[in-house]
Amino acid sequence: MSSLTRNRKFREATLQAVVISLVATLLIVMVINARQSLSEQGMTSGFAFLQRSTGWDFSFSALEYSISDTYQRTLMIGMVNTLVLGFTGIFFATLIGVVIGLIRNSGNTLFSLLGTIYVEVFRNVPLILQAVFWYSIIIHLPRPKQAYSIGESVFLSGRGFYFPVVNISATSVLSAFALMVVLWIGLWVAREQFTRVRSYITFRRVAWIIGLCAIAALIYRGHQPGTPWFNPPALKGLNFRGGFRVPPELSALIIAIALYGGAYIGEVVRAGLMSVPKGQIEAATVLGIKSRHIFTRVRLPLAIRAVLPSLTNQYVQLMKATTIGLAIGFSDFFMIVSTSINQSGQTLELIAILMGGFLLINLTIAFVMNTINRQIALKGYEVKS
Amino acid sequence: MARASTTIECATNARAAPPPLSTGQQMVRNLFGSVTDTVITIICAVVLVWLAYHVIDWAFISSVWRAEDEPLCREASGACWSVIDARHRIILFGLFPYEEHWRSALACLVIIVTVIASCFSWFWTVKRLAPLWITGFALFYLLMHGGLFGLSVITPERWGGLALTIFIFASVSLIGMPLSVLLALGRRSRLPVIARLVGLLIDLVRSLPLLTILFAAAVITPFVMPGWLQGDKLYRVIAGFALFFACYQAENIRAGLQSISTGQDEAGLTLGMSYWHRVGYIQLPQAFRNALPSIINQFVITFKETSIVTIVGFFEVLASGHAAYGTGEWTPHYIEVYVFIGLIYFIFVFLLSRYGAYLEKRLRVGHG
Repeated sequence: MSSLTRNRKFREATLQAVVISLVATLLIVMVINARQSLSEQGMTSGFAFLQRSTGWDFSFSALEYSISDTYQRTLMIGMVNTLVLGFTGIFFATLIGVVIGLIRNSGNTLFSLLGTIYVEVFRNVPLILQAVFWYSIIIHLPRPKQAYSIGESVFLSGRGFYFPVVNISATSVLSAFALMVVLWIGLWVAREQFTRVRSYITFRRVAWIIGLCAIAALIYRGHQPGTPWFNPPALKGLNFRGGFRVPPELSALIIAIALYGGAYIGEVVRAGLMSVPKGQIEAATVLGIKSRHIFTRVRLPLAIRAVLPSLTNQYVQLMKATTIGLAIGFSDFFMIVSTSINQSGQTLELIAILMGGFLLINLTIAFVMNTINRQIALKGYEVKS
Repeated sequence: MARASTTIECATNARAAPPPLSTGQQMVRNLFGSVTDTVITIICAVVLVWLAYHVIDWAFISSVWRAEDEPLCREASGACWSVIDARHRIILFGLFPYEEHWRSALACLVIIVTVIASCFSWFWTVKRLAPLWITGFALFYLLMHGGLFGLSVITPERWGGLALTIFIFASVSLIGMPLSVLLALGRRSRLPVIARLVGLLIDLVRSLPLLTILFAAAVITPFVMPGWLQGDKLYRVIAGFALFFACYQAENIRAGLQSISTGQDEAGLTLGMSYWHRVGYIQLPQAFRNALPSIINQFVITFKETSIVTIVGFFEVLASGHAAYGTGEWTPHYIEVYVFIGLIYFIFVFLLSRYGAYLEKRLRVGHG
């Protein structure tokens, strides 16, 4: 017996067996308890409830909705809301981050001091506090009648922000956008086929002209005849008509995520720009390349490669941070799921959907970013990060 | 060889470097080196002065400070700090009984002293750090909960404000830190079952938002756990938070472990050291040293994230801030309350992250 306990293989096997049985016991206990709680509440498990209609209202929906929608559709709306918030927030955060990163790298002490103040203020205060702060500010803005206006086309009021829109159907805008993306990727692929740079540039010019004509045609077709091209918000009675309304909850969250994420991304961008070896820039200077081109053709491309992994990380973090929308009543995926749990009682199924949804979003972001990272990686160039 | 070095010396001497610029000259060159730089400098100076003027004017010059002066706030263009003067107790201590507030304040002070003490390198061994934190935490709990030495019992439901925030932060750190070491070691274990299971747990938790973990801890645990294992909602949430913290911290520690060369561990193995000896005396000390900046960064993030527990229904500093301006005459002064809470977070987080940056610089010295 004592020789057995001293045998390393035996000890390791026993330890692993014990761990497996502990985990298995825990899972079995959880299932038994869940069944018991379910039968006590007179509930049935399963996903049949997804087809039932919800019967409750929520604050914001990016799509058409009614309170008689099924759980399935309501959950999907929640997911779309989260994606709208997440991607808008990430977009603006990236813009701010790049600007802040450049400012902090400008070399002018006073200029980079401004950037440092920004980063320290917005990074060191919890995001949820910032969201609640902006939300309070927005709902205390004046009523539509006294709303602040920017050039009589954008209005800021306590009921939300109003932006002018163009009278073009959403499908044609989306297909024009898709065409742009296809054109861009197509050119990128086609570049490999050309041996001479000059002929590629000619090809690119022709492709852009044809593409822009097609986009113009699409937009023209999407415009409803007889309506004006622009549809600015206008005060009618006590509220605005026309235009596009961004409700206070969504505006506050976008502002908070953009400012908070911008501070973090600014640091990432700064580190990326600093990681570009001095020799690269000196070599470019010696070759007589203009400083504008040194930045766009040498420094930036190398910096982008250095920052992509940490940028991916930031994007995933910001996407997860959208869940704080619940604090100010924005109906994101998390809020819809938690309301569904309260209303339907299908706790386990809904938690599974919640976790599955976030896994899906985050894995997709990570996959896309990692693919880009692999595609643009330079052979034989070690990026120091 | 000697000749070669002399020629190089001659070459450098011949092209004598310009005399080093004084700091003042460097500043002038940096700020006014070219026309664009000068323009940028002037614009920045204007913006900075404008910002500073408005902030100082709002916060100090045109502001109202005392609670009795609340009526003056309507005319004043600056901040109305009266709301803080009148309601700071609810922000800091929540629903804690009024005459016992000194206990709550003292308890917060104990944890702050503990945190400051653990910033000194003298405490950086388990034998000193663990007793320090356990004593600090026990003292905090005794002061808050009472029941001994004639202190009246105050149950956690009545804890609130900054004290609750600090309690959650301290207990998450105290439970999470040992757990994170175990998770990091588990993930690097030679035993495939343990490594896989721990890896699965860490990856799963890390891909979920903190709020879903807290929510699961608050709502799901009563559903799937037998009654005797549930405990109070506060402790369930702390357990969930500690797991979340430990999964992130474990990855930092794992990075630290991976940066140690394998020769270190092999040397220990050759000397016949047991696994726990190698871990305790060779691996972990070096891993902590390597990963210290990111470990501290994780504490900083965790302190900020404690504000999220307000969503699962706890009366921490953000929620008590809502309560502070939520009544009667104070409703217009929400900005002052948020700025006050923001400052509390800012001071703590800023100092801790500066400390992390300082450590990073210090540890880089004498380390290849």
